[in-house]
Amino acid sequence: MRNIWTIAKREYNLYFISPVAYVVAFLFLTIIALIFAINIMAMTVNQFGFAPPPDSRVVTGPMAFLLLLAAPALTMRLLADEVRMGTMELLLTAPVREYELVVGKWLGAFLFMLTLMAVSLVFPFILNQITDPGIDQMLMMSGYLGVILLTAAFLAIGVGISALFSNQVAAFFTTMVIFVILWWLVGAPANVLPGGSDVFRYLDMSGHFYQSFNEGRITLSGIAYYLSLTALGLLIGTTAIETRRWR
Amino acid sequence: MIEVSNLTKDYGARRAIDGLNFEARQGEITGFLGPNGAGKTTTMRILTGYMPPSDGAATIAGYDVVRDSLEVRRRVGYLPETVPLYTEMTVFDYLKFMADLRRLPEAEDIIEETLEMVGLLDRAGGYIGNLSKGMRQRVGLAQALLHRPEVLILDEPTIGLDPAQIIEVRNLIREIGKERTVLLSTHILSEAQQLCDRILIINKGKIVAEDTPQNLQSNLSGAQRVQLTVRGDTAKLAEKIGKVDGVENVILSGEEQLEFQYAAGKDVRPAIARMVVEANLDLLEMRAIGLSLEEIFLTLTKEAPAESEE
Ligand SMILES: Nc1ncnc2c1ncn2[C@@H]1O[C@H](COP(=O)(O)OP(=O)(O)O)[C@@H](O)[C@H]1O
Ligand SMILES: [Mg+2]
Repeated sequence: MRNIWTIAKREYNLYFISPVAYVVAFLFLTIIALIFAINIMAMTVNQFGFAPPPDSRVVTGPMAFLLLLAAPALTMRLLADEVRMGTMELLLTAPVREYELVVGKWLGAFLFMLTLMAVSLVFPFILNQITDPGIDQMLMMSGYLGVILLTAAFLAIGVGISALFSNQVAAFFTTMVIFVILWWLVGAPANVLPGGSDVFRYLDMSGHFYQSFNEGRITLSGIAYYLSLTALGLLIGTTAIETRRWR
Repeated sequence: MIEVSNLTKDYGARRAIDGLNFEARQGEITGFLGPNGAGKTTTMRILTGYMPPSDGAATIAGYDVVRDSLEVRRRVGYLPETVPLYTEMTVFDYLKFMADLRRLPEAEDIIEETLEMVGLLDRAGGYIGNLSKGMRQRVGLAQALLHRPEVLILDEPTIGLDPAQIIEVRNLIREIGKERTVLLSTHILSEAQQLCDRILIINKGKIVAEDTPQNLQSNLSGAQRVQLTVRGDTAKLAEKIGKVDGVENVILSGEEQLEFQYAAGKDVRPAIARMVVEANLDLLEMRAIGLSLEEIFLTLTKEAPAESEE
């Protein structure tokens, strides 16, 4: 456990001197801010209309989508770069277990994303101030829980893929492809197949978020789904590093 | 204490090391001498738990390097050939990270002490990326020494350093080697001779000789390579020289040049000179040339010449 923390701490600190991480943080928060601002303006225009005031979904909805790009950008470096720089030899000859290395890397990225999400709380807060009677707190919590679970899964898959490459760019695009499959393609058969469509619907990464967490419905199956994906990503990473040794 | 038995590693179809047997004792500096591609790095990577062997076994301080890998890694300090460092970190932060992974208590004091040892105390706050090659080497060495390991494995620790830095690093290693087990690799004969208590010579994945520097020196002394420049039929002469007792490795090295080597303690030069004159060839030059590392291996591995002739 202590090794996981040591590695996570180094990664977390490294993000604050990494240009890629700054670009990710900047775009992530700016795009959310813009979408938020547009919604607020629409609300003021609509003041005397019948449209309901915006709720926290104007923040959590786009945030989930932005993770598709943010996560691979944050994880591509994590293990691939250790291989490229030769520092993997340092880590693998130190008394560190493979899973500690992988989980530590993941945790560093996760904490960084949590930091960005903590900053994003400013938008629901503003919304709460300017609307009457304020926002639906439960809806917001459920949405944020969904985003956090999504982040955990996305980052774990990214770390796992990063362990398979020594080239960051290759890791980035492979991770993107996997995300596209899990986000859009895997759920597609559910709409055309009459029988057995439940399986595909369950595997659809976006469905669990947009149809349940982001609508205020916290489901056990959704939590289990995201946590399983997280575990799977970390397992892939650990196995990849073990295999690298035996090659 | 390092014990290696029948250690073998294949990279796909290529055998990098082939049935190595040796040991490195405490309080001694054991040198691993061999040319590039001999299998030095491969052996060290197996000993440090970076990768497992294909066959054979090795123990460090009694622990098997595969089965008890973590125990081994706790006891070994390793300076890889590439000196892997995080260039975006400061010297201190880097060492603190490594110390934390090794769970050293009072890491700050230990780091300070270690930096003092390698002479980098004034660079603690500097970024590794801004350091010279020699300083980086010393950061790597500091990393290997942090936990005061029983066993120190150093892969070509002086490669790429300037002469003054080489002397510094060698002195440091000699100091460290007094109470620890040190295994270091090099492809420089004189370095192995100056630094090591025992030398293992490795070539093409096999240990071809094992001796003290003194014995190695006496085995080598007298072994000479000679270059001969003559005018006339050099091919025929080469054939004749090859038949002389004690001569080996005759090659035609140029239009009018041939080279040969003779075994230690058997100076054949006068006989050869007479042979050239008797063959009615003009002897233009005869001079001794140094042995290359490759030729030293050949010399050391040649069986002592049979003494049945007399
Ligand atoms: N990762 C690898 N994959 C394939 N072959 C390798 C690898 N590492 C080393 N080799 C080969 O194994 C042999 C021994 O290499 P190495 O142990 O690096 O020798 P040395 O350190 O003595 O120069 C060489 O022929 C080298 O080409
Ligand atoms: Mg080498």
